[in-house]
Amino acid sequence: MTLTAGSNLEKILKSGQKAVTCECGPPRGADAEHFRHKAAFLKDCADAVNVTDNQTAVVRFCSLAACTILMDMGIEPLMQMVTRDMNRIALQSNVLGAAAVGIKNLLCLTGDHNSFGDHPQSKNVHDLDSVQLLDCVRRMRDEGKMISGTEVDGRPAMFIGAAANPFADPFEFRVVRMAKKIQAGAQFIQTQCIYDMDRFSKFMEMANDMGLTEKCFIMAGITPFKSVGMANYMKKFVPGIIVPDEYITRLKGVPKDKVAEEGIKIAVEQIQQCLEMKGVAGIHLMAIEWEERAPEILKAAGLLPRPKV
Amino acid sequence: MIIAERKPFKEIAAAVAPYDKILIVGCGTCVAVCLAGGEKEVGLLASQLKLAAGLKHRRIEVGEITVERQCDLEFLEPLCDFVADFDAIISMACGAGVQFLAHMCHFKPIFPAVDTTFIGVNNAVGYYTERCRACRRCYLGLTGGICPVTMCPKGLLNGPCGGTLNGKCEVDLQKDCAWSKIYQRLELEGRLDNLKEIVPLHPHSRGTTPGTVIHPAYRRRYGVDE
Repeated sequence: MTLTAGSNLEKILKSGQKAVTCECGPPRGADAEHFRHKAAFLKDCADAVNVTDNQTAVVRFCSLAACTILMDMGIEPLMQMVTRDMNRIALQSNVLGAAAVGIKNLLCLTGDHNSFGDHPQSKNVHDLDSVQLLDCVRRMRDEGKMISGTEVDGRPAMFIGAAANPFADPFEFRVVRMAKKIQAGAQFIQTQCIYDMDRFSKFMEMANDMGLTEKCFIMAGITPFKSVGMANYMKKFVPGIIVPDEYITRLKGVPKDKVAEEGIKIAVEQIQQCLEMKGVAGIHLMAIEWEERAPEILKAAGLLPRPKV
Repeated sequence: MIIAERKPFKEIAAAVAPYDKILIVGCGTCVAVCLAGGEKEVGLLASQLKLAAGLKHRRIEVGEITVERQCDLEFLEPLCDFVADFDAIISMACGAGVQFLAHMCHFKPIFPAVDTTFIGVNNAVGYYTERCRACRRCYLGLTGGICPVTMCPKGLLNGPCGGTLNGKCEVDLQKDCAWSKIYQRLELEGRLDNLKEIVPLHPHSRGTTPGTVIHPAYRRRYGVDE
């Protein structure tokens, strides 16, 4: 097996086993304890843990620092990076710095627009978009060159990933856009939260037909519902997410103290359905502020214990 | 054209409060069309200033003049003598016009009466929308005549992002997603292949301010760089 970064996630995916990633968001302050506490639940559950980069354009402590905390805890980090806040100088600098401290997985994203966050008056940068960032990181790693053409002194060994949203418009273009990201350098894809199984299945079919699943590992994004309120919020307010009414009906159909269990049951079913689809290489579990329930979800889905490679 | 919005009267009045002889200079082109700084708006502002001064038992002299374009030397030069009689100038032109007028009229305090907003179009009287960021590298040929730099709030060149739903933009659900529009347009034109290529990084160095454009003919004639 040829490895580009040699991360645990890369090894598991390349060994043909279903991989698992989880997500852990840094807090809105310098308190690392809360972050460590959340991350501890994910140890031994995930092959790598995504660390978000100021998600929803809200200021949090930085992804790079949070990744080093994970490494100290013996957890493999997957650093997320958005192009919203940094220009090409800062982005490249962070990629090099991340590689220098031993981070081996990188997810390149555009990022939510700043108007959603806590600093809507800020200037958004978008010097690069996610496709261009992927291309930039791949070139630094494989060609040893920065955007400027300057030679890098020590290539950043990164396993490079991107996001895909099968539920945003125009649907037909979503697979084409994913292909573009793969062409730019994405070795793995983590999808947006999947609730509309039919649409995701169609998306995977198109990806298989285009031969994309042979070039890239597609990990299905799953977010369990904690409550009816959360399901409604996701449906109404989170851009680019489709929540079919049947799930909301199911959550409403159980007694209040059983809603969380039902949410977990749904998530487990979704994971199993995704894993049955051809071309799905793993699961990206985003248990938002519910990290403590990730182990039982993954266990019920038959994804624990994690393989050692 | 350049779209501008008139500043609140309070702000303009406060800026010129120390002066008794004020000249208001309107601009007859863009800001006249968007009803912010043309001849009519000059008249309105002059009346407002005089009335406000009168209420405070002050007598002020307010001159009014509107030139074809304040961003054009040809129209500004004749103003220079006229300005001499006044203590301060209010320019109702866009930022370019205000600066050009300031450059021409030494030692006269100058104040803008409008906030320059964007390069846009006149949809109807009073309804203007942005279309161009003057980014110095036009992608419109590639994107079906819809600008991704301007019409997408993230300015994505390889869009659309993951936030679009039902063809609307995540940032403002009242607005169309630029990339959905681009997709539809290219589909109609049978040019969807345009979207497969990775568009390289935007050359922002060309946008380093302040910019200069010298027409080749000018260069040939005068043999200068600036």
